[in-house]
Amino acid sequence: MTELTDLGVAAIRDGVAAGSFTAVEVAEAFNANVAAAQDALNAFIVATPGKAIEAAQAVDAKRARGEPLGKMGGVPIGMKDLFATAGVQTTAASHILEGFVPQYESTVSAKLWDEGAGMLGKLNLDQFAMGSSNETSYFGNVISPWKRNDGGNAALAPGGSSGGSSAAVSARLCPAATGTDTGGSIRQPAAFTGITGIKPTYGRCSRWGIVAFASSLDQAGPMARDVTDCAIMLEAMAGFDPKDSTSLDLPVPAWADNLDPDLKGKKVGIPHQYRMDGMDADVAKSWDDGIAWLKDAGAEIVDVSLPHTQYALPAYYIIAPAEASSNLARYDGVRYGLRDLPDGSGLQDMYAATRAAGFGAEVKRRILIGTYVLSAGFYDAYYTQAQKVRTLISRDFMEAFEACDVILAPTAPSAAFALGENIDDPLAMYLNDVFAVPASLAGLPAMSVPAGLNREGLPLGLQIVGRPFDEQGVLNAGLAIEQRAGFTARPDKWW
Amino acid sequence: MSVDTATVAKIAALARIKVSEDELSAMVPELNGILAWVEQLGEVDVTGVEPMTAVIPNHLRLREDAIDADPLTGGNIRDKVLANAPAAEHGFFGVPKVIE
Repeated sequence: MTELTDLGVAAIRDGVAAGSFTAVEVAEAFNANVAAAQDALNAFIVATPGKAIEAAQAVDAKRARGEPLGKMGGVPIGMKDLFATAGVQTTAASHILEGFVPQYESTVSAKLWDEGAGMLGKLNLDQFAMGSSNETSYFGNVISPWKRNDGGNAALAPGGSSGGSSAAVSARLCPAATGTDTGGSIRQPAAFTGITGIKPTYGRCSRWGIVAFASSLDQAGPMARDVTDCAIMLEAMAGFDPKDSTSLDLPVPAWADNLDPDLKGKKVGIPHQYRMDGMDADVAKSWDDGIAWLKDAGAEIVDVSLPHTQYALPAYYIIAPAEASSNLARYDGVRYGLRDLPDGSGLQDMYAATRAAGFGAEVKRRILIGTYVLSAGFYDAYYTQAQKVRTLISRDFMEAFEACDVILAPTAPSAAFALGENIDDPLAMYLNDVFAVPASLAGLPAMSVPAGLNREGLPLGLQIVGRPFDEQGVLNAGLAIEQRAGFTARPDKWW
Repeated sequence: MSVDTATVAKIAALARIKVSEDELSAMVPELNGILAWVEQLGEVDVTGVEPMTAVIPNHLRLREDAIDADPLTGGNIRDKVLANAPAAEHGFFGVPKVIE
C-alpha cells in the first residue's frame, strides 16, 4: 500500500470515508513526518499533534455513527501562522506577536475545521507575510526540501511568504496547507517547490481573523499537491462572511465537481509584455510548453497586451507598504503582543521602543516607506498616482479578457534561489513577484501549477490568471496543464 | 524625490519606531533605492484616470442595528479582550503615565 503521507486531500478524504484507513492513522502518519522534519526544514512555528488527533477522532466517530464527514473529512492540514487559531499561538512570524494566543478562530480556519479538517500545526512564513524567501521570519528561515542537482548542498528558499506551507506540502509533512497571497505569496512558493496553489478572486475568502498586511490585496487560498485538491479545499475555505466588509456575497460554486480539462472553444491569452529581456531560458521554455499543452487541450492561443505590466511592481510597493503602515499601527504594546517599557519612559517612548524591538528589518522598511508615501505633501505624488496606475492595470486585464478566457504566464522569473542570495538587496527580492503582482492588483483569481524541472533539477511553475469570479476557468486550465505536464518529481528525502 | 537622515528620522517618529543613528544611516540609501525605483510611476499618463478604490466592485453593507447580533464581535467579552494584554489591571489596559 502507498504510504498514507503520499496521499493528497481527495485520496485521504475518500479513503477515510470508504474505511480503507482511519483518520487517526492518517493524522499519526503526518504528525510523525512533521516531527521528523522540524529540525531540518523549520516549516512549522508550532506543531499541534494533539489537535490533529482530536479532529481525526471526531471524524472517525462521525463515520461510526454514519454521519457526513465534510469536504475535508479526515484530512490533516498545515495552517499558515497568519490565521488566528483559538487557543493556539498566532505570531505572523513576528516577535511582536510572540506568545499571542487568539481568543477566537479565523473564519477560514473555522470553516476548514467544520468540514472535517484537522490542524497539524502553525506554519512558518515571512514576517507579517512580507518577503519572497521566508528569510524574514523571527523564528528562522524555512529550508526548502529541494536541492539543486549540481552535487552542491546549498540551502534553497521555499519561496515566500507562504514558505512553511510550500515546504511542508512538498516534503509530505501535510497533504495541503493554507496560504495567503498579497502579491504572489501563494503562487511563487508553490512554483518554487513543485506544488499547486490558487489565490481566488479578492473577497472569496474572508479576511476575518487573518493578520492584516495590505487589506485591499490580502486573499487566502489553498496550497496542495494537485489541482483537484486545491479545488476541494478552496470550496471549504470560501464563502460570504458578514464580518469582512469586502467579502463577496456570492454562493460558493462546486469547483471540484465541475473540473473539466477540455478547453475546446476557450481562448488563452499570452501577454507579450511578460516576455521580458533576458528572461531565464528554462522559464521561457516552460512557458512555451504550457502554450503547447493548452493548445493540445483544445484551446486557441491569442496574443494579448497588458501595456502597464512594468508599472505593477512599483505600484504594488507603494500601495502594499501604505496599507501595511496603517494596519500595523495596531501593534502598540497596549492591547496585545510585546511591550518594551524602558525605565522611566512614557507612553510615546513605549510605543517606539516596543515597535523597534518587535518588528524585523523588512517590516520596518515597509512601514517607513508606507508612512512616507502617505505623509502630507507626498500622498498625491506617490499613493494617489499608484492607485491610478492600479486602475490602469486592472483595465488592461479587462480589455485582455475581451479577447481571451484565461491568461497564461510564468509564475516567477526563476526557479528557487539559495538562501542569502537576495536578502541584502530589497529590490532584487521584490522582482521575484514581477509576474504575480499584476493579478493581485486587479484582484483576479490566479494559480500556479508545476510545469517541470529546470536544468538544475528545480521545479518551475506556470501561472493561470482568470476573470473575476472565474476560479473554475482557472482550475480547468490548470488541470489541462497538470495532465500534460506529468509532473511527478519530488524532493529526495535528506531531512 | 529622495530622503535624507532628518526625513527618515521624522518618518520613523511618525511611525512610532525608535531607530538608532546607525540604523538611520543604513536606512537612508535603502529607502532612496526603493523610492528612486517607484519614481518611474511618474511616467504613466493618468489623465482622467480615477484612483482605484475597490478592486472588485462591491458595496459596503450595513449591519442590522442590533446589540450583540454576532456573539463573535459583540460585547460582554472583557476578559477575552484583555487576555493578551501585556499589562491588564482591574479590567482595564494598563499604560504608563500619559500626563507630564
